[in-house]
Amino acid sequence: MLFILIFIISLATSYVLPWWAVAAIAFAMSVYAGTRPRQAFWSGFGAIFLVWIIIALFKSIPNNHMLAKRVAELFGLPNWLLLLFVTALIGGLVGGLAALAGLYVKRVFEKPSESEFTELKN
Amino acid sequence: MPVVQSHSSVTTNKFGAAWLFSYISISVQPYMKIFRALFSVALLGVLIWALQTKFGPVPPVGGFINPATGFWQNAESKNLKNDETLQLDGLQDEVIIRYDENRVPHIFAKNEHDLYFAQGYVTATDRLWQMDIQTRSAGGRLAEVVGPDALETDRYHRRTGMVYGAENSLRGMMKDPRTKLAVEAYTAGINQYVRNLTIRNYPIEFKLLGYKPEEWTPLNTALLLKLMSETLAGGSDDLEMTNTLNKFGAAVTKDLFPDHNYQEDPIIPTGTKWNFTPVPVPKTSESFKAQMMSGNKPKARVEGIGSNNWAVSGSKSASGYPLLANDPHLNLTFPSIWYQIQLTAPGVNVCGVSLPGSPYVIIGYNNKTSWGFTNVDADVLDWYQLKFKDNTKNEYWYNNRWNKTTRRTEVIKVRGKPDVTEQVIYTHFGPVVYEDSTQKSRKVPVNVPAGTALRWIAHDESNDLLAFHLLNRGSNYDDYRKALTYYSAPAQNFIFASTGKDIAITPNGRYPLKFKEQGKFILDGTDAANDWQGWIPAAHNPTVKNPPRGFVSSANQSSTDATYPYYLNWQFGNYNRGKRINNRLAAMSNITADSLRLLQTDNYSITAHDILPTLLNYLDPTKLDATQRAALTELKQWNLCYDATSIGASIFNSWWVNVYSMIWKDDFDSPNADLRWPSRDRTIQLLLTQPKAKWFDDVKTPSVETCADIVSEAFNVAVNDLAKKHSKPGKGWQWGTIRPSKIDHMANLPGFGSQEFSTGGNSGIVNAMSGGAGPSWRMVVEMGPQVKGYGVYPGGQSGNPGSFYYTNMLQTWKEGKLNELLFLKSAGEKSERIKTTLTLKKDRH
Repeated sequence: MLFILIFIISLATSYVLPWWAVAAIAFAMSVYAGTRPRQAFWSGFGAIFLVWIIIALFKSIPNNHMLAKRVAELFGLPNWLLLLFVTALIGGLVGGLAALAGLYVKRVFEKPSESEFTELKN
Repeated sequence: MPVVQSHSSVTTNKFGAAWLFSYISISVQPYMKIFRALFSVALLGVLIWALQTKFGPVPPVGGFINPATGFWQNAESKNLKNDETLQLDGLQDEVIIRYDENRVPHIFAKNEHDLYFAQGYVTATDRLWQMDIQTRSAGGRLAEVVGPDALETDRYHRRTGMVYGAENSLRGMMKDPRTKLAVEAYTAGINQYVRNLTIRNYPIEFKLLGYKPEEWTPLNTALLLKLMSETLAGGSDDLEMTNTLNKFGAAVTKDLFPDHNYQEDPIIPTGTKWNFTPVPVPKTSESFKAQMMSGNKPKARVEGIGSNNWAVSGSKSASGYPLLANDPHLNLTFPSIWYQIQLTAPGVNVCGVSLPGSPYVIIGYNNKTSWGFTNVDADVLDWYQLKFKDNTKNEYWYNNRWNKTTRRTEVIKVRGKPDVTEQVIYTHFGPVVYEDSTQKSRKVPVNVPAGTALRWIAHDESNDLLAFHLLNRGSNYDDYRKALTYYSAPAQNFIFASTGKDIAITPNGRYPLKFKEQGKFILDGTDAANDWQGWIPAAHNPTVKNPPRGFVSSANQSSTDATYPYYLNWQFGNYNRGKRINNRLAAMSNITADSLRLLQTDNYSITAHDILPTLLNYLDPTKLDATQRAALTELKQWNLCYDATSIGASIFNSWWVNVYSMIWKDDFDSPNADLRWPSRDRTIQLLLTQPKAKWFDDVKTPSVETCADIVSEAFNVAVNDLAKKHSKPGKGWQWGTIRPSKIDHMANLPGFGSQEFSTGGNSGIVNAMSGGAGPSWRMVVEMGPQVKGYGVYPGGQSGNPGSFYYTNMLQTWKEGKLNELLFLKSAGEKSERIKTTLTLKKDRH
């Protein structure tokens, strides 16, 4: 659920909002649908990771990856695929961390829930 | 207990963030909820801040890599839209822009305003960042976006009066309604594009440096033209010459640095009559005479920035009509300094190359005429030694009294740092670039003498653009002559050919009326007789029309022979390129565009032709080892061409460089003061005619060396050096391999330039390719009822490294080929070469 929400909203708004808006989206969606830390982090991470890969490839494939190759060389990376991975990884970290933070902020205002006790027992 | 348990989960959880928080939560559970929330939000904040911040040269990573607004968006698709219509504010009528297969825009407008509006618009679409960074550099505003590293460059440009000069130029442009209209419409067109930009489609360099495109101003156009003046008429060796005079005295200086070269083949053919009565030339000042007498005790200029042009008359061409060729040599960069364009409106249809940032076609042709340029190298920049009354520097001694200085405030913004304010002292000469040596950084050119004032033609009010306005519309020789009278600086050899079967060349610009050698050395600023006293009348500028030999040409060599009654400069480019061009043109007949193309890529070395036999005579083959003998054999078989595959060229070049350096290094390499080294021409004269000259002796050794000693020692050093770096004589010694070429991005960004490649040519060769400088645009035009142009530059129309049109013309240029230029008669003309059409429509509110 959380993954799909972040994925769809980020993809839909990416062209009109600044890059850090993905953090706000992941944060807000996690407040709404976050359940456990691991679920929140990986949903945020995975959704943004994928969104960024899709948007990047959408531009890069019709370009024969010419620009990606040049920018990879600019940053001293051996090939453009690694550049794509680094891009997605950074997006993923922002998304993951934001979703996690959203969940924790939500919990400050929540009464201790069943799930939290479950987690403690683990 | 839980602490230990959690610890083991480190290995199972690759991305530890989530784990980290659950770990803490278990340890100090009751207070942790708030702490955990705060800490995670803070960590997120730090991550976003770090990705949003510029660290040194690293761009703000977040914005740059975000695929929706960052660099990924600059990747252009290989599939172009066929037809596009844009509604733009500020247009008066519809404009049709047809793009050919090289993305060259052919603009059809219904009035002049719309024509230059569209030129500004399309140029900005392709080259906005280049335009921004060049004018920032000229105007001393680089540090604003780059940070403190660029501060000294900015100070230098502010202190040399670039902005002051641009303001004066702008005043000139705005006085004429024609250029005012063009500059303002061009500006409006650029700004129409800038205003419609969103972060997503900023050119990639803006994203990389993390700043926003700003609106263009007419002053930027003036600054861009000042940059050209700086490149082509902003150098001087007055300081080095003065140091040389002080060290060696007047007699030696006169002998080693003569006012006319030993070998000459001037632009205006020797013997051409001057059909004017010269105006009186000022008398040599007493202070100059004293300076030349006092020396009785016992950065040099860079070769490679120069250009070729020539035109042949109908009598020598296959078609019976004149042909014209031009290849300006400049630093080669991506994006290229040139932008190809065709401009059509009622009263004008012109094709060629423009400078991004300026309206008009700069080098090109229309249905009746064609024109091109090479640099004149007139002495239009002088330094005046000042005597201030006291440390306040409020008054300086000139013309037997104290005169007031003024001050101009220059505020330089520095990214991430407080503004830097410079108070630049101005005298009637011009700005005091550096008041003393402490004010001068080591990063700026050494040839700026501290404590002097700068008198520079580029500071004067002028309207050079009007010359281009008129050339674009010219239809005959008289129009060409009229256009030239408006042109001031940097002085250029304006070459011309017309369908009316005229050819002509004019070393043209605004020349100060000087006494002989005025400005060869730093001048005494207290003596009014050292001022520029007036101007050479424009009608007296050297010129030749339809000379009997059937061609005109220039390659930066001296403008005239010694009979020209005025002093332009004491030095020009060496005669070698001009000599080769003239030899070839004299020998050629039935000339076609293709024969001129081949001449543009001619690799023959006049220097080698002049001195190789003499150098070889000095070698004693019995004293050579096997490698040296092999090299000698190569040299003897060499065809004297600097071809990419030539081994002889590599050996000769290295030998010659060593000969030159070994003759002069002991006398002129000085740690205390920069000295001017004698020219290549003077060195050749020494080798050919004065083998007993004292300069061959290395003063640092006790023994006395002869010419033969130096020449054979230089040969051994050259060959041994080549063998050490490239093993035995063979493929590895090929000229194109040992001296590869490369075209870098303007900001030297790795990956944004070309790979290294092998080329023939060298400085001093018609094909003047030397490392990163060379023919920045090659053009040949056939005049006639159907004018046909050919041309190419090493790059592409788009300044975007993510475009298929970023480097697409490089290969053609490397192969020495030219593209046939598409010159449409009307917007509706059918051509297979038209790939897309952009229609600009007036926006209806």
